[in-house]
Amino acid sequence: MALRMWASSTANALKISCASKPYLSLSRCFSTVLDGLKYAESHEWVKHEGSVATIGITDHAQDHLGEVVFVELPEPGGSVSKGKGFGAVESVKATSDINSPISGEIVEVNSKLSEAPGMINSSPYEEGWMIKVKPSSPSELESLMGSKEYTKFCEEEDASH
Amino acid sequence: MPACIHELFVEFIVSVYHRHHHTYMHAFGIGLTGLVVALGYLMKQKNHHISLPLQLLLPRRFGITDSSFYVCGPALKDIKGKSPSLKFERRKKNTRPGILVRQLHIEEQLLRTSSENWCIINDGTNDPTIVMGFSGKPAELLEIESVLHDQVPVIRRFTGGGTVIVDHQTIFVTFICNKETVPDLQPYPRPIMSWSSSLYSKVFGGIGDFHLRENDYVFGNHKFGGNAQSITKNKWIHHTSFLWDFDVRNMAYLKLPKLAPAYRSARGHLDFICRLKDYMPRSTFIDKTVEAAGTQFSLRSLELEAVVTCSETEFRPSTRFLTNEELAAAAAAVSEQQLGLP
Repeated sequence: MALRMWASSTANALKISCASKPYLSLSRCFSTVLDGLKYAESHEWVKHEGSVATIGITDHAQDHLGEVVFVELPEPGGSVSKGKGFGAVESVKATSDINSPISGEIVEVNSKLSEAPGMINSSPYEEGWMIKVKPSSPSELESLMGSKEYTKFCEEEDASH
Repeated sequence: MPACIHELFVEFIVSVYHRHHHTYMHAFGIGLTGLVVALGYLMKQKNHHISLPLQLLLPRRFGITDSSFYVCGPALKDIKGKSPSLKFERRKKNTRPGILVRQLHIEEQLLRTSSENWCIINDGTNDPTIVMGFSGKPAELLEIESVLHDQVPVIRRFTGGGTVIVDHQTIFVTFICNKETVPDLQPYPRPIMSWSSSLYSKVFGGIGDFHLRENDYVFGNHKFGGNAQSITKNKWIHHTSFLWDFDVRNMAYLKLPKLAPAYRSARGHLDFICRLKDYMPRSTFIDKTVEAAGTQFSLRSLELEAVVTCSETEFRPSTRFLTNEELAAAAAAVSEQQLGLP
């Protein structure tokens, strides 16, 4: 408490202010969120159909990342773990990790993305899918967000910055 | 022993007090070792509770001789009103090859395994070295025949962005931060880029019409600083290579990139870039960078014997040299493609 008061006094004395925030994001207010999918806080989506789950990044993510120019994906036959990175996208001079919302075995990888990484921007939920996984722990899907919850999550995240 | 251990980092901790509707405490540390300056430490305050100790270090580089440089600094009073003792470290300028790769390995490891925040200022490498981004294709970006003939090292780094050729005149500045470190900053490329440009705006203070233009640092429409980032689940890194000066001959190793910013307007390298030394003395730039960080953070000093040693952990960095065989194969593939061969 004393430290905070000291810090506050120092800030006042030095006239430190955060009134100017030129680095605030100017992202869109609304991104597309599809019903029927599950979502991770790191902005990946999962579509569970039968024994296979398809994974990609959301419209909110692609909008904030900018134009995707390169995608690095794993090979089929490998495995993914919930919350761990499995690949990366490059956009606007940045590489950004892609994290798997669930654990499982990779059964298919979207090879079209190597030639057309922009599909992630133009069709994040359809042609921009990244990997298909055979879930090892289907119960992990239960801990993910539904569409309404994820929409609220994105709104709160954008509003807090 | 691994070379990393022998590099002494003088750690600065810049603590930030940032007043907002909430109160935050942040600390950066800046350290200097060999050719590497600065390690930062940030402290964050959540819910009005200071969770990490506040430690700072502000080094000032006295000067560089042919074989050594000195690091020391006036330490500001800590929060208890005490004056930490001055810490002096003398380190010989590193002449080993691969120092830039070593720095990139350290940066990557700090990004991936450290829970702290860092600022690293590297005062140049030795030999001219080409550094490509994450997805760089040698055949598209390099004059491979010349590169192979002159045995210019080529590195593929872990961050995105374009290709640069760096040498002892280049200045590297790196920020590695937890996502919640900078208040109100979304961990995406454009906000991070904008934040960094606001910091460097304080460094240049209107000199030379400095601004961020299509992700490059420019004076007017001439580029002098290239940026690259990597964003993980919980942290981000933003590093910049500043063209303090450059050898015109080195630019001949680079092709005109296909993905060029619009403002380049198809200009050749020499018409597109400029030298930072024409705008500011070298030591002034480094000092002002630390000072600019000081407008957001308060500075203290802390010295570390070593930060990380890649070989002592299980972490395996992705940054690496490209082999002659890889470069030659890339050139051959393009030739075959041009000849219509399968």
